[in-house]
Amino acid sequence: MNTSHYPSAYVVEQQETHTLSVIVDNEPGVLARVVGLFSGRGYNIESLTVSETEHEAHVSRITIVTTGTPMVIEQIKNQLDRLVPVHRVVDLTVSAKVLARELALIKVKGKGEARVEALRLADAFRARIVDANTESFVFELTGRGDKIDEFVNLMRPLGLVEYSRTGVAAISRGPDAM
Amino acid sequence: MSRQMTGAEMVIQALKDQGVEVLFGYPGGSVLPIYDEIFKQNQIRHVLVRHEQGAVHAAEGYARSTGKVGAVLVTSGPGATNAVTGLADAMMDSIPVVCISGQVPTHLIGNDAFQECDTVGVTRPCTKHNWLVKKIEDLPRVLHEAFHVAKSGRPGPVVVDIPKDIQFALGAYVGPKNIQHKTYRPKVKGDMDAIRHAVNMMGKAHRPVFYTGGGVVNSGPAASKLLRELVKLTGFPITSTLMGLGAYPANDEMFLGMLGMHGTLEANMAMHDADLLVCVGARFDDRITGRIDAFAPHAKKIHIDIDPSSINKIIKVDCPIVGDVGHVLEDMLRVWKSVQPTIDKPALDAWWGKIAGWRAKKCLSYRASDKLIKPQYAIERLYEATRGHDTYITTEVGQHQMWAAQFFRFDEPNRWMTSGGLGTMGYGIPAAVGVQMAHPDSLVVDIAGEASVMMTMQEISTAVQYRLPIKIFILNNHYMGMVRQWQELLHGGRYSESYSEALPDFVKLADAFGGVGIRCEKPGDLDGAIAEMISVKRPVIFDCIVDPAENCFPMIPSGKAHNEMLFGEAVGDIGSIIDEKGKMLV
Ligand SMILES: Cc1cc2nc3c(=O)[nH]c(=O)nc-3n(C[C@H](O)[C@H](O)[C@H](O)COP(=O)(O)OP(=O)(O)OC[C@H]3O[C@@H](n4cnc5c(N)ncnc54)[C@H](O)[C@@H]3O)c2cc1C
Ligand SMILES: Cc1ncc(C[n+]2csc(CCOP(=O)(O)OP(=O)(O)O)c2C)c(N)n1
Ligand SMILES: [Mg+2]
Repeated sequence: MNTSHYPSAYVVEQQETHTLSVIVDNEPGVLARVVGLFSGRGYNIESLTVSETEHEAHVSRITIVTTGTPMVIEQIKNQLDRLVPVHRVVDLTVSAKVLARELALIKVKGKGEARVEALRLADAFRARIVDANTESFVFELTGRGDKIDEFVNLMRPLGLVEYSRTGVAAISRGPDAM
Repeated sequence: MSRQMTGAEMVIQALKDQGVEVLFGYPGGSVLPIYDEIFKQNQIRHVLVRHEQGAVHAAEGYARSTGKVGAVLVTSGPGATNAVTGLADAMMDSIPVVCISGQVPTHLIGNDAFQECDTVGVTRPCTKHNWLVKKIEDLPRVLHEAFHVAKSGRPGPVVVDIPKDIQFALGAYVGPKNIQHKTYRPKVKGDMDAIRHAVNMMGKAHRPVFYTGGGVVNSGPAASKLLRELVKLTGFPITSTLMGLGAYPANDEMFLGMLGMHGTLEANMAMHDADLLVCVGARFDDRITGRIDAFAPHAKKIHIDIDPSSINKIIKVDCPIVGDVGHVLEDMLRVWKSVQPTIDKPALDAWWGKIAGWRAKKCLSYRASDKLIKPQYAIERLYEATRGHDTYITTEVGQHQMWAAQFFRFDEPNRWMTSGGLGTMGYGIPAAVGVQMAHPDSLVVDIAGEASVMMTMQEISTAVQYRLPIKIFILNNHYMGMVRQWQELLHGGRYSESYSEALPDFVKLADAFGGVGIRCEKPGDLDGAIAEMISVKRPVIFDCIVDPAENCFPMIPSGKAHNEMLFGEAVGDIGSIIDEKGKMLV
């Protein structure tokens, strides 16, 4: 017999990844509310970016990449929408073909053949060199998350020191606002 | 027209403008300017509680029994942290409460100042919204917004944290004009297409049941009236959650009693066998659904709820309707009357026939005794004795709470105040204080357990101070009965720490507080003792010594389906209604 106070977990459903745009009033604590909602209810955050998009109106856009079953994704959207300072929640994965980009700064240290190889790959990935000296480079790379993953993995054996990523910024294709 | 005022004056002015008549609070350093304003006026009555948790529960009782917003005032640091349990309770049960807290002056915030605590941080997850007001210009707007957010949509608690320097600061007060909140505009009107679709589904149902909840009570008395009308019109059976009791009259023959873990056989079997659920303002709580994949397996589901996040959270529904119960039911009735669906009368009659079969099992039966007071009997007698009175009931948490839900029959909404979602022991006494403040001439009874009352009994002192004749009716079984029941059923009868040791003499305790104590130990004395309790116009502790071994049935063990119930030994042959697997559990 189940000796817990609670029924056992629901049948496992397929997980999906969704990119959500959340338009919020840029008031103190709003990010804490959003993040607290995710941690408090046990939702995943794969990526989260936030910044003010309409300075006059004090409006910010938060872009969240999350995974969950379709039911959980629907819950996440409804729970976000229920927060008082939230204007709108748009699921870019559903509403339109989503354009998602990330920026990464990647530091690579090396000499000789490895250094040449790193440069060659950077060129192939259209990474820009933003800092260089005889020992190391810092590359700037913009693109989809998987492209950045790939680049970082290629750099590992060539002397990857560290890297920093912005997280995903996303927008829908076409002429209309979301 | 705006007027120059201090922040503290603004607080009191805003409370007045919002129609607050009673404020439950406790003073301290960082709210002294506000207390000074309270001193200078007579319009708002301040009730000095004995612990800030009590202030919030009292405000909850006040709010639930009146439909108004409950108001609370606490100091910074420990005042605010003491209030947290009450706020979490109000959050879970959707009770509108505005809690104003003092904070250390703005220039000290973050310095670990004396009695500083990150109140907005601590209360963020257990409030609907909260604000730290750092500028006097924001204060009037935030105060009015706080009331708006607390009471509109799905109600809930909010906190306004006001640093002490803001309370002293001068600024221009603005009244509560038609607040159009920038972002918060809950939808109250249901989508008409969805409502038509729902009526269509209802017209075709053969085995329908209304599953109603706290949302009906939240929506107001008009919603209860509309619900009654719809039930009459459709002829469908109706059951209610713990939180919805009273929205539909318990004494009506269409009512199947409460559903869920400790609900009736007829309610749970109707849910299990139904081909249509009409969920009205209830949230598919796990005390209701039991095993989720076996919940109402044959039923299509309609769900009316003002909070979109309640829909498809736990159970997928076929026809969601986002809106206020009152508004949606009004439209639904109109559509029903104009469409006049042809109900399959023979099918519905057969359904009622099945229900009659379940009812005949009398699942709430218990073995009567002339030596020991059975707790069920005590509630039955209390119910009979209070029938002629204008009665409000609060409860603590445990077996007594469930027996109250099963045996006290509520015919009106707003009469039943209980902690359902959080299940907070200690809710009942302060809630009764709040109810009695709102209804000074009514009979207010806290149906209590001896363990629960020990958690907030300091509020008896509040009741005495304000001459609130609340009755604390303790079903004293000398156990944390609900805990003992679980230990009996699931942990081999190892009663780990669930005995109520070293209890006070409740009669003497009542006396010490300045109230009246009554003890009753024999079934034969019960009616007389209850009559005495009711006639006393002072706070009473009624120590009703009941059978310590009684368990609360029916019961669906957690994780089980609705047709796998456990029953008390007094319930006759149930072999025919539960399957083999279920029977093994009996
Ligand atoms: C020891 C113990 C045992 C319990 N056993 C049981 C049991 O056997 N049976 C039982 O029923 N409960 C039981 N409970 C209570 C249970 O935990 C839940 O609190 C309860 O079932 C929830 O009731 P509800 O679904 O009506 O939801 P509520 O918590 O009342 O929520 C109301 C719902 O209505 C919505 N709503 C609010 N206002 C409106 C409006 N104006 N219009 C439309 N929708 C609105 C809200 O969004 C929410 O979804 C027990 C509790 C305890 C402590
Ligand atoms: C604050 C709090 N702590 C613990 C619990 C867990 N709990 C639920 S019921 C219960 C026992 C209640 O005992 P009593 O008040 O005597 O009621 P009875 O079940 O005996 O009627 C406990 C400890 C709770 N609900 N609330
Ligand atoms: Mg007890």
